[in-house]
Amino acid sequence: MSNRWHDIRYTRYEFMIDANRKGEVWVFAEQHGGRLEDTPLELMSKARKLADTLGVKLAAALLGDKVKPLAKKLVQCGADKVYLADHPLLGQYQTNSYAKVMYDLIHKHEPQIVLYGATVAGRDLAPRIASAAKAGLTADCTDLQIGDHTAAKDNKVHKNLLFQIRPAFGGNIVATIINLDRWPQMATVREGVMPMPQGDTSRKGRIIEEAVELSLEHLPLEILDEHKRPKKVDLKAARIIVAGGAGVGSKDNFRLVWDLANCLGGAPAATRAAVDLGFIDHDHQVGQTGTTVRPSLYIAVGISGAIQHQAGMAQSQKIVAINNDPDAPIFQVAHYKILGDLNEIVPLMIKTIKGKAP
Amino acid sequence: MAYKCVVLIKQVPDTKRITGDVMNDDGTVKRSALPAIFNPEDLNALETALEIKDRFGGHITVITMGLPAAAAILRESLYRGADDAILITDRRCAASDTLATSYILSRAVKKLDYDIVLCGRQAIDGDTAQVGPQLAEKLGITQITYVEQLIELSGNRITAQRNIGNGWQQVKAELPVLLTVIGEANEPRVAAAKKMMKYKKASTPIEISEKIKAENPKADAAEIAELIKLRSKSLEEKGLLIKQWSLDHVEADLSWCGMSGSPTKVHRIQSVVLAAKESKDVEPTPDGIADMIHELIEEKTIA
Ligand SMILES: Cc1cc2nc3c(=O)[nH]c(=O)nc-3n(C[C@H](O)[C@H](O)[C@H](O)COP(=O)(O)OP(=O)(O)OC[C@H]3O[C@@H](n4cnc5c(N)ncnc54)[C@H](O)[C@@H]3O)c2cc1C
Ligand SMILES: Cc1cc2nc3c(=O)[nH]c(=O)nc-3n(C[C@H](O)[C@H](O)[C@H](O)COP(=O)(O)OP(=O)(O)OC[C@H]3O[C@@H](n4cnc5c(N)ncnc54)[C@H](O)[C@@H]3O)c2cc1C
Repeated sequence: MSNRWHDIRYTRYEFMIDANRKGEVWVFAEQHGGRLEDTPLELMSKARKLADTLGVKLAAALLGDKVKPLAKKLVQCGADKVYLADHPLLGQYQTNSYAKVMYDLIHKHEPQIVLYGATVAGRDLAPRIASAAKAGLTADCTDLQIGDHTAAKDNKVHKNLLFQIRPAFGGNIVATIINLDRWPQMATVREGVMPMPQGDTSRKGRIIEEAVELSLEHLPLEILDEHKRPKKVDLKAARIIVAGGAGVGSKDNFRLVWDLANCLGGAPAATRAAVDLGFIDHDHQVGQTGTTVRPSLYIAVGISGAIQHQAGMAQSQKIVAINNDPDAPIFQVAHYKILGDLNEIVPLMIKTIKGKAP
Repeated sequence: MAYKCVVLIKQVPDTKRITGDVMNDDGTVKRSALPAIFNPEDLNALETALEIKDRFGGHITVITMGLPAAAAILRESLYRGADDAILITDRRCAASDTLATSYILSRAVKKLDYDIVLCGRQAIDGDTAQVGPQLAEKLGITQITYVEQLIELSGNRITAQRNIGNGWQQVKAELPVLLTVIGEANEPRVAAAKKMMKYKKASTPIEISEKIKAENPKADAAEIAELIKLRSKSLEEKGLLIKQWSLDHVEADLSWCGMSGSPTKVHRIQSVVLAAKESKDVEPTPDGIADMIHELIEEKTIA
């Protein structure tokens, strides 16, 4: 059958790397406009541990135009090496150009692990590379570990594999995925699930400048316009979060959540149900399709505790739940359970806290 | 200019309805206990294709890889306006991860003529959002992911708006392209009554054969075969035969399919056990609240 497009297709790169057990651990250092995203930095602390366990080097793959100054930050956050692909055609992220450069780097250096943030760009790029490399890719991981696996068919023990831990089935199960031999072992990692490293300004690392071979065929998209609105709230940075759910009842009554957050110096947040009801903006949503947070204190007000909400807050150090339903699942993860009407309890809390203020 | 669209659709368990009862003790999900539905974002992908067809004319083929029962979502697509439906079903597809799935789908799509390939962004069971980009790579075409709006289609150029999380981006590309479509893109239309009447009987060869066997319990194998042939022919003449392809049909290299074609393996699956932490009941009284706040201040959780 004829396909009128066959002639104009660009060349593709296909290769497959065998298990290179001496290979490095890599993090794709996503940046836009010369600013590093949070997720690759969050990934560095975990990747550092993986590299140490395996006894190999940790490297960052940094792609962009005039982005060399970012290498320092990556080293401070744990990288031993930064592979720098600096080229005018990498100024703006595009799937094909970035995928081509990453294929070339992976092919040349044969890392054993490559990690990407599960950001929009990371989830656009990583599967493209995996497909070309014919390597495995695990999506949206919330944890990574090194461990051994005994194969069921021949009882062979595969040592020091990357355990890629991820929720699936809408968050109802957690699967540990491995890749025995079709390496590199690759995974995307959800934003906000790993703590941001402090950064150590005394750390030293090597910057390795890589030759980049790109032409216009690798830039099939014309980017016409882009609009990014700054987030209205930085939930990830908040030490204390007060989150309201559908149980708060109305946008007016959501004042209670703002007031409690204010008197604690915390940030207001919400469930998807509360966002959908228009109580507060989506930037404040915590959960699977919102932000993942790990504050010192999380106060859940009128929240049932659906699995998709818990996905974003269960790692909080202390959880207080206020709900008038004794069977609400939120109580199963709460450290302090307050069974009662939020309209009485929240004002009482505000009063008590204000009374304690010096 | 009319456009040929291919839409990839998946039948999924309705994971929104998961409760404790449908989880096995080992953490796996009793799929049979959940209703099987049309993956929600695949309905948005189909709707985008239908809008293209409404405006410019053209042809829509829907493809699914799955169990024979997945024919249900192919019929649902026909009810909404798809022209052609293909079921890829083969035991050797089982245990395919996203790499193997995208390889098998690419073998089928390569058999067709197309301008635009559409996928949902993500399936609600596997939840990976990987199949679309992996398929684009295997087809060697440009991808536009997270599409929230189709802005313009003119000649061999397409302009679309992507949702980039905290904002949007508009991009233009030359056809052919693969789009992955998100839920916000449109409101999928409901099935049309007339088309439902027309396609209610649309069947795959497996369904035809099962039906004939049930209708003729006493017939021998040769008679059954003859009846199947006749029924298939008559359905085909009416445009009611859903194509059924095997891995041989799409000329797939078996080493890239199913278990052997899948680099990712499941080491362990656990159902999400709600962490039973050390917890305290707090009396909803001024004293109860004061004690709790005092504790939180003591341990410096509240500054
Ligand atoms: C794919 C997918 C992704 C999702 N992503 C997210 C996400 O990122 N974040 C998220 O939050 N949700 C998400 N959800 C939705 C989630 O499943 C729940 O529907 C949602 O979290 C429920 O919000 P809620 O707890 O505010 O509302 P409800 O479940 O309606 O709970 C309200 C609670 O308030 C209590 N209540 C009512 N009145 C009072 C009162 N006077 N005093 C005290 N308590 C009271 C009730 O007992 C009840 O427990 C997602 C769902 C899906 C399918
Ligand atoms: C618990 C669990 C975890 C898993 N984790 C991984 C993992 O991390 N990595 C991995 O490679 N595999 C994984 N898999 C396997 C994966 O779910 C299957 O390969 C599945 O066939 C496709 O992936 P998906 O459901 O994530 O689809 P997605 O990639 O989310 O689907 C995107 C789109 O591709 C199209 N599409 C997907 N499947 C089909 C199909 N069968 N027929 C037609 N169109 C289709 C649809 O348009 C769909 O909207 C996992 C499976 C399970 C059960």
